[in-house]
Amino acid sequence: MNSTSIPAISTRGLRKSYGDKLVLDGIDHQVPEGTIYALLGPNGAGKTTMVQILSTLIGADSGEVRIAGHDPATDPDAVRAVIGVTGQFSAVDNFLTGEENLILMADLHHLPKEEGRRRANELLEQFDLVEAGKQRPSTYSGGMRRRLDLAMGLVGAPRIVFLDEPTSGLDPRGRHTMWEIIRELAADGITIFLTTQYLEEADRLADRIAVLDRGVLVAEGTADELKRLAPGGHISLRFTDPTELESAASALGETSRDDDDLTLQIPSDGGVRSLRALLDQLDHQSIEVEALTVHTPDLDDVFFALTGHPTSEEETS
Amino acid sequence: MSTAYALRDSTTMLRRQLRRALRYPVTIYVVVVVPIVLLLLFVYVFGGTLGAGLDAGLGEGSGGRAEYVNYVVPGILLMAVALSSQGAAISVAMDMSEGIIARFKTMAIARVSVLTGHVLSNVVQTMLGLVIVIGVALLIGFRPTAGPVEWLAVIGVLTMITFAITWFSVGCGLAAKSVESASNLPTPLILLPFLGSGFVPTDSMPAGLSWFAENQPFTPFGETLRGLLMGTPIGNSGLLTVAWCVAITLVCYLWAKLLYNRDPTR
Repeated sequence: MNSTSIPAISTRGLRKSYGDKLVLDGIDHQVPEGTIYALLGPNGAGKTTMVQILSTLIGADSGEVRIAGHDPATDPDAVRAVIGVTGQFSAVDNFLTGEENLILMADLHHLPKEEGRRRANELLEQFDLVEAGKQRPSTYSGGMRRRLDLAMGLVGAPRIVFLDEPTSGLDPRGRHTMWEIIRELAADGITIFLTTQYLEEADRLADRIAVLDRGVLVAEGTADELKRLAPGGHISLRFTDPTELESAASALGETSRDDDDLTLQIPSDGGVRSLRALLDQLDHQSIEVEALTVHTPDLDDVFFALTGHPTSEEETS
Repeated sequence: MSTAYALRDSTTMLRRQLRRALRYPVTIYVVVVVPIVLLLLFVYVFGGTLGAGLDAGLGEGSGGRAEYVNYVVPGILLMAVALSSQGAAISVAMDMSEGIIARFKTMAIARVSVLTGHVLSNVVQTMLGLVIVIGVALLIGFRPTAGPVEWLAVIGVLTMITFAITWFSVGCGLAAKSVESASNLPTPLILLPFLGSGFVPTDSMPAGLSWFAENQPFTPFGETLRGLLMGTPIGNSGLLTVAWCVAITLVCYLWAKLLYNRDPTR
């Protein structure tokens, strides 16, 4: 990691409730500068509330929050000066053209007129909105709106960008474009904090992932670390006839077998070493295998494993 | 840091609002079209009779319609100002329903500039509308006796009243749960010019109503304007007008600010 020791974002014991509904229940986490951090969780987990607190839109009930070292509760403007926010619901002015929206942002960041125009044009180009810039957002596709929305958050050259479900509702192409853009921003050294319901998205983009369920962080780590938390890795063998299946089953001991499909499932971490050991053993016993597939746990397994059970069980590993 | 930029941010927001107004001209419509229709209605339909009523006490009996135009124009101007409140409330409520307000709140700008942008834009639009209404009034026989100084004072008084009323309507727009209810909230305001000296003298009303009419702000507003335009006695109406405007502006500014800063996620 580079230079500064101050994390871009850190929280300790962050709590927020609406009425008697506890939305965030003691969140502790840190996001190092220049990384992509994904907050993964289902609807209603508290993701948006989290973004709203971190971006100074609402206050926390208790706990400590620091954005680039500043406290949003006591010095919100210092926080606002270093962040860019793209919310779940499009935050563009529908009566202004794309270009006018960007220039409005430049004016509000107090850029000189010329520089503001230049910055707006730069962003229109970067986000492939040059033509659309002359039109109002009502004529845009979902992907274009989202790109304009994000571009508006970047006019002030923020160091930290919050993206609340940046790809929800986009078609696959729009989603891939957005992923590209997010990677480019991170490559420029911008810290990205994004929320998502999509495991694939977190897996593909994020350096670290936190899983949020009913206001509690149930797990946190790299995609690989999280995958290790989930059971479900196995090797699946298919045979041509029942006798081969039978001999394999007796040779390999404890497996789960499916007589109709003529398959065996052997628990495995999916690593090369264990795979080789298995193949050696089958070779040694002269057992013919028709097909072999390796199933490594993906984030889906992790997600269900973590949120389907009480937290404490999972944390023991 | 953000307060230092209050003026600049307000100017930016004013520009934003004027641009929006050009593309969704709700305020200018209610400020120009409706008052002109009312003006024509009152002058040509009711004017003959109402004008005769005005003259009854003076014993001359000649006035009629021509006299009534001069009497009713200040009322019509106030009506236009009151109507502008509807446009402002709708415009604020529409704005609040959009995600961009949340974006503004996460930016290091003077917070109140979102509201001052609305207020200033509404004042500008209303004043433009009033110029058109006065133009039409002149065409149909309005003959003010005001000189240049009085006209300047008229502009000043109308701006002050519009400014105060607009803060009230911005509050209404923020308080409204939807754009539809925002257009209804300031409706009672539109009745006030009728329940004052705007269209008929208050002493022609029943006792209770006449008491209300004499003590509500639109009566001193109207008397001040009429005095400046037509040379009728102003008395303490000028002072009352300033007092009402300052009080309304102050209270409604604080009210609107409070509403704007409450639960921002609604």
